[in-house]
Amino acid sequence: METTNRQITLTPELFEPAQRSTQEAEKITGAPTGFWSDAWRRLRRNRIAVVAGAVILLVLVLAFGGPWLTSYTPTGQDLTRQYTEPSLSGFWFGTDQFGRSMFDRVWVGTRVSLYIAALVTAMDIFVGMSYGALSGYYGGRVDNIMQRIVEILVGVPILVVAVLTMLILKPGILSLTIAIGLTGWTSSARLIRGQVLKLKEQEFFLASRSLGASTFRLISKHLLPNVFYIVIITLMYTVPTAVFFEAFLSFIGLGIQPPDASLGALISDGAHQMRFYPFLLIYPALVLCLITVGFRLLGDGLRDALDPRMRK
Amino acid sequence: MLKYMLKRLVNAFVVLFIIATATWFLMQLLPGSPIQNAEKLTDEQEAQVGEQYNLDKPLPVQYGLYMVGLAHGDLGDSYQFGGKPVTEILMQRFPVSAFLGTQAIIVGVVVGLLLGVIGALKQNTIWDSAAAFLAVLGVSVPDFVLAPLAQYWLGLKLGIFPIAFFESWWHSVLPSLVLSTVIAAVIATFTRTEMLEVLGQDYVTLAKSKGLSRLAVILRHVLRNSLIPLVTILVPLTAALITGTLIVETVFSIPGIGEQFVRSIFDKDFPIIMGTTLLYAFFFVASYLLQDFLYGIIDPRIRVAGHKE
Repeated sequence: METTNRQITLTPELFEPAQRSTQEAEKITGAPTGFWSDAWRRLRRNRIAVVAGAVILLVLVLAFGGPWLTSYTPTGQDLTRQYTEPSLSGFWFGTDQFGRSMFDRVWVGTRVSLYIAALVTAMDIFVGMSYGALSGYYGGRVDNIMQRIVEILVGVPILVVAVLTMLILKPGILSLTIAIGLTGWTSSARLIRGQVLKLKEQEFFLASRSLGASTFRLISKHLLPNVFYIVIITLMYTVPTAVFFEAFLSFIGLGIQPPDASLGALISDGAHQMRFYPFLLIYPALVLCLITVGFRLLGDGLRDALDPRMRK
Repeated sequence: MLKYMLKRLVNAFVVLFIIATATWFLMQLLPGSPIQNAEKLTDEQEAQVGEQYNLDKPLPVQYGLYMVGLAHGDLGDSYQFGGKPVTEILMQRFPVSAFLGTQAIIVGVVVGLLLGVIGALKQNTIWDSAAAFLAVLGVSVPDFVLAPLAQYWLGLKLGIFPIAFFESWWHSVLPSLVLSTVIAAVIATFTRTEMLEVLGQDYVTLAKSKGLSRLAVILRHVLRNSLIPLVTILVPLTAALITGTLIVETVFSIPGIGEQFVRSIFDKDFPIIMGTTLLYAFFFVASYLLQDFLYGIIDPRIRVAGHKE
């Protein structure tokens, strides 16, 4: 707030009767700030979230562009150069037991992990959102039955489901996605259902319904846009979870099979040879941690920005 | 209240039954024959082995037999340990996992509470940020990264801890520490949030104005009231522990249930996989049930409203 100390002499000529109508008084001057621009402004002010976002961006760029920075390929073997220590002039992340460039392998592995995470997240959002919205919208018996089903799914540890699915399906990107995504959507379905139940009671919804809006219109125009911010927050937490489960499954040998790489497969390999070649473990582990920490912190920032009441 | 509890209990049994059925049918879909080296066996031998495990009977009969056994606490016989009952194998290994888990919970709760209290009392200072950062690290750095790194730094480089096996208490320290990180992180975040809320309550101001010492206010009024909703993290904690033991026991070669589970996957020992799955599901469902009951006892307001959201 600025305070002016200027002395003003007030004369009657300066005044005139206010003739503004009530309507004019209600006029909003200046461009209105919408929900998203408001959130964006809050997010930018959050230093931690900005740094986390930058880190994620860097990892993404490297995952897709990283392998082009070197003259090696992720699968090019050369036994004369196996277990090269990392150095700035040679192999940045060293080489593995087949002389493959770890720098390339790590980023190609990151790409696979992120790809699976993206698929799982898309599945999570699609299934979770429609399931939660339908369950909340219809309520009553439909809701009851749908919630019982969720309860059963939640009763099984997600990890066990993933392991069993991987045993039945052939290991690969698609089966990993199915295994991780199979029960992961329940939490977002629950969140969205809760929000829909709340929205259903509000006036704007009643107004639209009394105007004769169809079910499809009610859900797609009134409910989903209002739960969209929850979806974005969930997304930020789903990605690290998916990366984690992919890595876990690959770690116990049920995930991506050689010669393909994923972060989990690389960490698993690295852990076995850590005793003599710790760099094989450290680089993929570091990238994995950057992804999980980055998404979580960005998720926290987005939560604060999109829903300031939830700020903790 | 009693009616509600009974209803939940029945519900839990139904959930467990459905899980058991679904898992059993999933097991039938698994590729590969459970009889090792099936190619080398003559048809007669195969039939003999099949008979031993009831594999010769039609599927509905097999299912019925398994379910009857399950009702009696019999999880069938393992394929790889010469027909040893699965229940016996799991019982043998359970104490190890339980010991690791309990130790991890104790360490995790103590560290988590400490970090949470520091974060809340020194809100928005460097201490708070440091505690928050540690909590984020604890949740985000997976056990399978932390465990090999801990083995490398604390076990190999510094030589403080043994890096594998389970021979003495000293062997259990490193695995328990790794296992406790997630728990500590979850509890730290939780405690901080709850404490900040309680710190703003009128009764805390009252306690302060009564002239109680700072420690007494915090211990008796703030911490005690912030810990009531701690039951909400019971379920995620169980999940974290199950996942954790799978990884930690495998990495540290500890003869617990998790390590057996991972090994049975590769040995195609279906009865053990099935039994372990059911055991995990049981713990999971039980922790849900316990959470609901504790809710009802601690805060009667939640009982009805909690399920309507």
